Amino acid sequence: MSEKVKFTIDGKEYEGEKGRLLVDVAAENGVYIPVLCHWKDVKPAGSCRICTVKVNDRYMTACTTPIDANMTVENKTPELEDIRKAIVEMLFVEGNHFCPACEKSGDCDLQALGYLYQMMVPRFPYAFERRELDAKSPKIFLEKNRCIFCKRCIRMIKDDKGRSFFAFKGRGKHLEITIDEKLAANISEELAQEAMKICPVGAILRKEVGFSTPIGQRKYDKVPIGSDIEVLQK
Amino acid sequence: MTQKITIEPVTRVEGHGKVTIHLDDKLNVAQTRLHIVEFRGFERFVQGRPYWEAPVLVQRLCGICPVSHHLAAAKALDVIVGAGTGDGLTPTGEKMRRLMHYGQIFQSHALHFFHLSSPDFLLGYDADPAIRNVIGVAMNYPELATQGVMMRKFGQEIISHTAGKKIHGTGAIPGGINKNLTAEERDILLKGEDPLNADKMIEWAEGALEFFKDYYLKNREFVDGFAYFPSNHLSLVRKDGAMDLYHGVLRAINSNGEKILNDVDYQDYYKYIEEEVRNWSYMKFPYLKSLGKDDGWYRVGPLARVNCCDFIPTPKAQKQFEEFRAHTNGKPNNFCLHTHWARLIELLHSAEVIKDLLQDPDLLKDDLVVKGNKTDEGVGLIEAPRGTLFHHYKINDNDQITMANLIVSTTNNNEPMNQSVNFVAKNMMSGQKEITEPMKNAVEVAIRAYDPCLSCATHALGKMPLDIKLVSSDGKELDHYRS
Ligand code: SF4
Ligand code: FES
Repeated sequence: MSEKVKFTIDGKEYEGEKGRLLVDVAAENGVYIPVLCHWKDVKPAGSCRICTVKVNDRYMTACTTPIDANMTVENKTPELEDIRKAIVEMLFVEGNHFCPACEKSGDCDLQALGYLYQMMVPRFPYAFERRELDAKSPKIFLEKNRCIFCKRCIRMIKDDKGRSFFAFKGRGKHLEITIDEKLAANISEELAQEAMKICPVGAILRKEVGFSTPIGQRKYDKVPIGSDIEVLQK
Repeated sequence: MTQKITIEPVTRVEGHGKVTIHLDDKLNVAQTRLHIVEFRGFERFVQGRPYWEAPVLVQRLCGICPVSHHLAAAKALDVIVGAGTGDGLTPTGEKMRRLMHYGQIFQSHALHFFHLSSPDFLLGYDADPAIRNVIGVAMNYPELATQGVMMRKFGQEIISHTAGKKIHGTGAIPGGINKNLTAEERDILLKGEDPLNADKMIEWAEGALEFFKDYYLKNREFVDGFAYFPSNHLSLVRKDGAMDLYHGVLRAINSNGEKILNDVDYQDYYKYIEEEVRNWSYMKFPYLKSLGKDDGWYRVGPLARVNCCDFIPTPKAQKQFEEFRAHTNGKPNNFCLHTHWARLIELLHSAEVIKDLLQDPDLLKDDLVVKGNKTDEGVGLIEAPRGTLFHHYKINDNDQITMANLIVSTTNNNEPMNQSVNFVAKNMMSGQKEITEPMKNAVEVAIRAYDPCLSCATHALGKMPLDIKLVSSDGKELDHYRS
């Protein structure tokens, strides 16, 4: 039998299975902690840092932190919200994100977080890094300018032998997402669509279906990101 | 001693334009040039982008008529995805696009007439510019100003229900449309509370026409004498010769009404049309190859469309069309300021088309997109509010755009605008040493008749600084006026 533990988020007490990830337990209890790289039940990467919370007064990433008894978690504080806003701004200046003509606009987690934190002009200078597009694979268009290096695709999109279709290349500011040309030549329709879906931005696009969801019916057209979790609040 | 008069920027047009009038020793106008000094570069930066992005990306050229670019690009891509050349879409796909387009024409023509041109008609071409603007109209003719605002709003609502939002929507996708109309949306537009319904729009469009004709009767000499010059005219017409602003074949006529381009398939437009580059403007000069650079230029836009078509397929506009055509004994109308008249006939026609479309049950159906065998090249033409708009794309095996050629309406009208300005300058400026207010205005009025989108970018209306320079051949500034 798994052990239940009690802990608090922003002063309110919650209960959960010891050792489960804070971000998941919080979500199940209607507490939204923003994520970009995390995907439930997939091994956490902890790479984006947007889920930064304070646990017993120390900064931690909620997607890698298992819950334990007597944990005191701060989540929705002005300080943490500003840190998250700064992270969103960094991601925006670090890539080349032109929402107006991006087909993920309205369905994009990064854009939605920009709205949530009311990002106006980023406090950091734009890098305007020049990145190539990769259009060679028959089903997938890889828009490297928009990648935020969350590794979701690398961790989740694999063939039946467990080989990843996607991989990183380079280091530091030269880091880029790549797609295995040979593997991708035979990627299934399902997996191609899944890749586009799990990419939090518009970096992975299923070819030829652009803009098929009308404005007004996209994920974040009517409600801000996190609303689906917050409605669970007891 | 030669003199040079420069007027910049021009007010109540979209974007920047600068006019230079060169005078000779005897102060006669030697040459007039309308310079377009802005550069947008869209043709270059769509290269490499996935083709299905073009309708959404390229419409960012413009905040006034993005729908035209959106649809012209989508039509070109219909060809690329094997969905035919304008007639291969599902009825819902085609009719939703038509509704979007006529909504766009309606709002743009209303904007042009009520906000941009009516100050000249209502308050006089020589009235103080401080009051000769949309605010002046609102203060002196509040009813008319309200109509202008509401008509534009109605057109914008149509765009919003078809494209997803009022400006820069995403409705048209290669091979069709991404949404249909709900019965609720249809009822809002068809039977909305006064004044925002199709019937009221028809009534007001008729009112605007009567208003113009009344003005014309009283000022006939001025209107007819202003920048009259014969020209060729070019537009799309439906296969049977009817006016069709969404799709058709390409027709051009000369100033006598003889066909010089006989209803050709626009996929081959480059066989008939070429563009010339002149070193003093960023805007190219298109012309009909068969007639050459000097004689092959043509007008596009409302005047050209009403001249080119054989009839208008809605009853009220058709009656107005007959009156318009009778005015020049069935021959093409070459009076520059009659463009306003033609534009209002189209305004009425659009309102009628919108009402007809809204009553069509096809709009509510679910069959939205078709696809066939992909090709690597497509051309899309549409009659934008300001005239024929050309989009031409080529793609590679990886679905990336490798070539884009856009000939926008204002580019098609480049030579006619230059001709008009030259005409006005010759008439009003020859022998003059000073820049007078009516002279400045006349130049602007001539340009404004074309409703140009000089940069395809918008500016606040009415209060744009006007800068006129009178310069001698040795570069000395003789006179300088700033508003
Ligand atoms: S392509 Fe998308 S899913 Fe993959 S790492 Fe980049 S942002 Fe993440
Ligand atoms: S969601 Fe936790 S680090 Fe990205």
